[in-house]
Amino acid sequence: MGKTIFDKIWDKHVVKIIEGGPSVLYIDKHLIHEVTSPQAFTGIEKRGAPLFRPKQIVATADHNVPTMNQHLPIADQLSKFQVDTLIENCKKHGVELYGLGHPNQGIVHVIGPELGITQPGMTIVCGDSHTSTHGAFGSIAFGIGTSEVEMVFAAQCVMQTKPKVMRINIEGSLQNGVVSKDIILYIIAKISASGATGYFVEYAGSAIRALSMEARMTICNMSIEMGARGGMIAPDETTYAYMKGRPFAPQGENWNKKLIEWKELYTDADAKFDLEININAADIDPMITYGTNPGMGLSVQGKLPTMESFTDATEKQNFEKALAYMGLEAGQSLLGMPVQYVFIGSCTNSRIEDFRLVASIIKGKQKNASVKTLIVPGSQEVAKQIKAEGLDKIFTAAGIEIRQAGCSACLGMNEDKIPAGEYCISTSNRNFEGRQGAGARTLLASPLTAAAALLTGKITDIREILN
Amino acid sequence: MQSLQKITSRFIPLRIENVDTDQIIPARFLKATTKEGFGKNLFRDWRYENDDESKPKTDFVLNQKQFSGEILVAAKNFGCGSSREHAAWSIQDYGFKVVVSSFFADIFKNNALNNGVLPVTVSDAFLQAIFAEGADATLSIDLEKQTITIDTTGASESFEINAYKKTCMLNGYDDIDYLLSMKEEIEQFELNHNK
Repeated sequence: MGKTIFDKIWDKHVVKIIEGGPSVLYIDKHLIHEVTSPQAFTGIEKRGAPLFRPKQIVATADHNVPTMNQHLPIADQLSKFQVDTLIENCKKHGVELYGLGHPNQGIVHVIGPELGITQPGMTIVCGDSHTSTHGAFGSIAFGIGTSEVEMVFAAQCVMQTKPKVMRINIEGSLQNGVVSKDIILYIIAKISASGATGYFVEYAGSAIRALSMEARMTICNMSIEMGARGGMIAPDETTYAYMKGRPFAPQGENWNKKLIEWKELYTDADAKFDLEININAADIDPMITYGTNPGMGLSVQGKLPTMESFTDATEKQNFEKALAYMGLEAGQSLLGMPVQYVFIGSCTNSRIEDFRLVASIIKGKQKNASVKTLIVPGSQEVAKQIKAEGLDKIFTAAGIEIRQAGCSACLGMNEDKIPAGEYCISTSNRNFEGRQGAGARTLLASPLTAAAALLTGKITDIREILN
Repeated sequence: MQSLQKITSRFIPLRIENVDTDQIIPARFLKATTKEGFGKNLFRDWRYENDDESKPKTDFVLNQKQFSGEILVAAKNFGCGSSREHAAWSIQDYGFKVVVSSFFADIFKNNALNNGVLPVTVSDAFLQAIFAEGADATLSIDLEKQTITIDTTGASESFEINAYKKTCMLNGYDDIDYLLSMKEEIEQFELNHNK
């Protein structure tokens, strides 16, 4: 029987299968950041063990950094200490660090691909659940806890039980105004926030093949939001064209050699999946979430579920809890509802293509006066590219300020927060209670839907602006 | 890591689905560089009004004096969201040794096991049976036998855990010791892998 791309890569990385237990899985690349690594460094030091393969680790500071005045010392003392601890640990253990001020600094899941560190066929881990992003290159990439970060420090391996595999096929063409963020929000709304738990997902089909690498990353990024261990897309010419010439991508003869290996990374025609889901791309509208988990999403033209649609008492109670938090009513429509904030950023949607999309909508127009903005590029490199393409002028002319690279209001660890009770259209990945600040009300959507709200100050169907 | 063999305890019923790690431990508490002291911020924003410890929310179960114990029982999809191990640390530091749910998110489950907190997955029906019990009821968990029992009714169910993780929990071993002992095998693997 044929193999899935997941099986092909997994099998190549199994050092040992423990009887009645997990596999010892070899890790090619380990990405670390300031928030989930300090306790792992302390742990390994306590054991008196050195880092096993420090050259396979890349570090950056992203979660807990300011997005303004990064040249100044970090004002929040706890944050400063955490970032300083990362600098200290990397220096002590010989780990490459792209810290604040370094031209390679940025959100860990933006810089990995951008620098060519992320490559097909690799196993990649990071103490961050959105590590699934790197799966867009045909790698097995997944988030790990700090104990597992310590395991990779100690032995360049993690203990993993092999997950089941699911394929989601998306065929056909997307409507004008519908982008990859809408695809993944549509999938999660369809199968729920736990619908892929226990699975690794392969995204396939003509609609996926037609996407750019940036757009593929957005989809793989949110795999975790339906519970999946990770998501991946088989590499193709789009992948190779994106990678070629990037600083850490193979060069010259080595590139040609790798290319031959990469071209074997696809799912065999007779491979079996534990579950397959088929989606028609044309069915997908611009999507938006209304609740407090990413599965609570609908078409921007849709209406919230009614109370009567819930049969299970606990589910009904949870729906009521979400409505109370969000200040919404069962059965209502979201279209035309005012929003106070727009956040464009996060490892989901902060790449150059996202900024191009937003710029294409706001070009020559003014931001709605009632909307406050947090516009945050994913990396120094993205920020540089924004300037090089003159997009910054479009934002400035529209009355919108562009900040510096970091995770920012996606998780509200730094000072970029949404005030209690205010609505924020956000291109990030999570709408959990308090995620963007205590009491903040997050509406997840695509960069296009966010751009529409920049102009109107309301939840808007982008197709009305485009047509 | 602390070992766990058997436990009988009252439990705290958290009748909420999709409890995400941002609720378990909000991001603003992730600035710490040590593992200690997270318990006081467990479910922080569900526990207190406006982040004020002098204003506990009386409708939240951790603030209801009749409930206590070393077992947390939660509705389905517990621990979804981020990979932050701080969630497991805060549950352990608060004093829980076991979390029972009908469904756990993957990363949380691993993180819990790596910190000596046992995740016990039960059927929906069994979960409802636990929720139907009063505050004085106790649950007994026997890891060796892989059973969970509602002591008042005697209702019992078996739960899954892989043999390796079970041995680790029973003895307090951790994966890092195991991996460190495998170094030569890993070096051998690398010779072929990195060709």
